[in-house]
Amino acid sequence: MKQTALYNKHLELNAKMVDFAGYQMPLQYSGLTPEHHNVRKALGLFDVSHMGEFILEGEHALALIQKLTSNDASKLFDGKVQYSTLTNTKGGIIDDLLVYRFNATKYMLVVNASNIEKDLSWITAQNDLGVTIKDVSNQTSLLALQGPKAVELMSSIAGFNTAEMPYYTFKEIELQGHSIILSVTGYTGAGGFEIYCANDAAPVLWELLLSKGERFNILPCGLAARDTLRLEMGFCLYGNDIDDTTSPIEAGLGWITKFTKDFTARTIIEQHKTDGVSKKLIGFELEDRGIPRKGYDLVDADGSVIGRVTSGTMSPSLSKAIGMGYVDTQVLKEKQDFYVQIRNKRIKCKGVKFPFYKADV
Amino acid sequence: MQIPSELKYTKDHEWVKIDGEVATVGVTDFAQKELGDVVYVEIETEGERLDAEEVFGTIEAVKTVSDLFMPLSGEILEFNTELESDPQLVNTDPYEKGWMVKIKVTDSSGLSDLLSAEDYQAHIGA
Repeated sequence: MKQTALYNKHLELNAKMVDFAGYQMPLQYSGLTPEHHNVRKALGLFDVSHMGEFILEGEHALALIQKLTSNDASKLFDGKVQYSTLTNTKGGIIDDLLVYRFNATKYMLVVNASNIEKDLSWITAQNDLGVTIKDVSNQTSLLALQGPKAVELMSSIAGFNTAEMPYYTFKEIELQGHSIILSVTGYTGAGGFEIYCANDAAPVLWELLLSKGERFNILPCGLAARDTLRLEMGFCLYGNDIDDTTSPIEAGLGWITKFTKDFTARTIIEQHKTDGVSKKLIGFELEDRGIPRKGYDLVDADGSVIGRVTSGTMSPSLSKAIGMGYVDTQVLKEKQDFYVQIRNKRIKCKGVKFPFYKADV
Repeated sequence: MQIPSELKYTKDHEWVKIDGEVATVGVTDFAQKELGDVVYVEIETEGERLDAEEVFGTIEAVKTVSDLFMPLSGEILEFNTELESDPQLVNTDPYEKGWMVKIKVTDSSGLSDLLSAEDYQAHIGA
């Protein structure tokens, strides 16, 4: 089991550790609920160093990315980030990822920890364009500073007004003598930054953010809060809501699937779009007591299975049981009632448009 | 980690307090920490006679769900209705206010299968 550069920090903070995607990661520190609320209302700091990073360099780096990903990476400019998917030859999703453009010949792909090897071998096998592909995952740490107070804290230590950085952009800067990538991204829907740095800088920056963040009541936050936060936004978790067998169209990721260019299984996926798909990923809340969990059946009034739950939780922000799952398109079209089967009970569901949680603006 | 010495335990992380032929059952401090924030406890077996190791209810926490198993064979006399309005008592006071059911023990031979506090401590590696 691998450890991140912050492993000892987690132990010092008495984190409850779990094995996740080959890493020992903090599940929670003070508790899921306080951590979750703290990110929505103030500030939280996550270690997400398990994520994978690949650097792609060369004259044809963009061409390779265009060939392998569903979004249109030609829209990127220097310092811009894009959410995308790597598709397989059957039109399923190998991974969801972020694409960073440093310049016309240098890009970074940020992938899920559980998929690092799969992605790397796929991208390498498809690289007939002479692009240099470097897996820097083991040398790179990633901190996520998330919450409405993130801009104020970051501005105070970065020495410039970070509010001027638009969502999904990044800068290479020096932070307290350490070279970092400051990225206006995150998977919580609470705003904030992700900070890529070398492993030796991670403990220093972790301490710095926690101590400078004290006046904003910052809390270290674990994977448990990360999961409830992303779920409240309706963001997909690879392995739960999307996988090698789900099409981006079924998953509601049509917005990052552009048919203005060619990419792996583009024809199949375009067919999904024009002909329609048999199941769709939707959000729902429960109308009665119960919590939907991954793998539970979704059924119609007769008890026939019409779908499956892919993620579910009690939403800390909404105090409601919420879930995501694939449902038969016909059922959705006819607006039929559907239920989640929880052990011996059938609990009525109400379809909800993403995001479940809407931040006050 | 609290493991009161006067209680008996199961490998499923429940504690049992024997009082004559009535056993009070709850989950251990270790269990509530593992579960995290409890959202509700569902017990719909009041009045039923169940065998040891049968499921008598479920605990739903934010992250996960866990079945509750009968530590002994018996009849469910009552469940803790305070948990309906305040399920977090399981987290804050697992051995007292967080109790779950009272069982009328029908077969006391199962008592010898329960763990002592010491054995339970060894079981969880604490």
